[in-house]
This record gives sequence, C-alpha cells and structure tokens, in this order.
Amino acid sequence: MHSFGYRLNGLLTFALTILALMCVITSLSDNFNTPSPSADIKITNINWFQKQPQGHDEVSLTMNVSADLQSLFTWNTKQVFIFVAAEYETPKNSLNQVSLWDAIIPAKEHAKFWIHTSNKYRFVDQGNNLRGKKFNLTMHWHVMPKTGKMSADKIVLTGYSLPEEYR
Amino acid sequence: MDWQGQKLAEQIMQVLLSVFAVVSFVAGYVLGSFQMMMLVYAVGVTLTALITVPNWPFFNRHPLNWLDPSEAEKQPKPQVAVSSKKKSTKK
Repeated sequence: MHSFGYRLNGLLTFALTILALMCVITSLSDNFNTPSPSADIKITNINWFQKQPQGHDEVSLTMNVSADLQSLFTWNTKQVFIFVAAEYETPKNSLNQVSLWDAIIPAKEHAKFWIHTSNKYRFVDQGNNLRGKKFNLTMHWHVMPKTGKMSADKIVLTGYSLPEEYR
Repeated sequence: MDWQGQKLAEQIMQVLLSVFAVVSFVAGYVLGSFQMMMLVYAVGVTLTALITVPNWPFFNRHPLNWLDPSEAEKQPKPQVAVSSKKKSTKK
C-alpha cells in the first residue's frame, strides 16, 4: 500500500467485492417475501371460429383479464412479465399451450389492473381439434429481479370451452 | 507515506467500506429502494477514496530517517552472502 496506484487498486477491488456480496444478500432478501397474487379471466365473446386454408383450426376471442400481482413486487424487482396461455389436450399432444396475450408490468402501481382485449396472438391449433374443446386459461408470470435469479409461477383457471361448430 | 501510515490507510479503508456497505444496505432495504442503496454506497466509496488514497500529511507522522549518503559511506558495509541485488523504491 505504498503508492497512490496500489492503494487505489486495493480500494476499488475491495469495494467491488463488497458490492457483489451486497447484491447476493439483496437477492436472498427476496425469499422473505410471500406473494399472494390473484387473477381472473372471463371470455366475453368468441369473435370467429374457422378452419384455415392450411387445415388448422383458428379461433379469435375477446376476454376480460383482471389481476392483482402487487404482492409479487419487492425492492429488488425490476419488472414482471405476464402472459395468458390456453392449455388443452389433443390426441396428438398431451399438452398444447398457446399464448394469447402478454404484458410487461414495470412497477407495483401497474400490477393491479383490468383489461378488455382480444387475443394478441393467434389461437391456432395443430390440427382440427378445437370444436367443443374444453381448455384452461393459465396466467403465467416471470418475476425479473434487479439482481439475482428470476422466478416464475402461474395460476390455472379451468372451465372454459369452445363452440361445437365453426362460426 | 510511512509504514505506520500505510497500515493506518489500509485499516481505515477496510473499516469505512464495510460500514458504508452495511449502512447503504440498511438504507436501501428500509426505504425499499435499490437505487438508494447504490447511491449511498457510491458516495461511501468516493469518500473512502478521498480519505485513504492520497498521500495526506497525517499518514506521515512516523517518518523514516534515512542516513545522509555522506554519513552512510563512513559506516561499515554489511557482508553480502549471496551476490544478488534487490532494488526497492519508496515513494
């Protein structure tokens, strides 16, 4: 520590190491947070339900999505990415998961919301299995921290079904 | 800086940085603001650098009195066992 450069180097190295430790502790402090999120999705209208020229079923629907995800936010949360997926079973696939809508929630204030929207992404099946199909709508979310590991979870809402015939 | 000063500088640096780390973490956690934690810590690092890195006079309170070269010539030279020279520079 006998020159300006040596002391500066020692100080900066120590400061950076301690900063890394602080980030680890910050990330661990997120485990003290017990989230209690809630969500509800209502399908208000099936806009149309067609068989595409290539032979795949496609449906367009309008839904009300409401959720309260405020408890997911901590001081270490940068943003929460949420998406709504339709999940159902077909003879060919045990699980089909089609993402219908997504959003990025940048702050706690925006985490309690209600939105009336048609599906942002197309609901297309790998085949013709959608007539009369029962499906779940699952709200998935990914909590992205400022420092640390990303975590994900979901709420499954059951009881939705498509019409028996094309319209 | 003298030897005592170097030890003092290193001790002050370690203590100050650790204290600022704790203070900034607590401030950020209590206020719920990651940005606050980073800001307080940055201020702490800068402050510590200003105190410990430059060659302040209070780090030189036990200066080493090197012998004047003309005096040194009159003293007996130490016997060197292995003929290898090491240069150390003092700033």
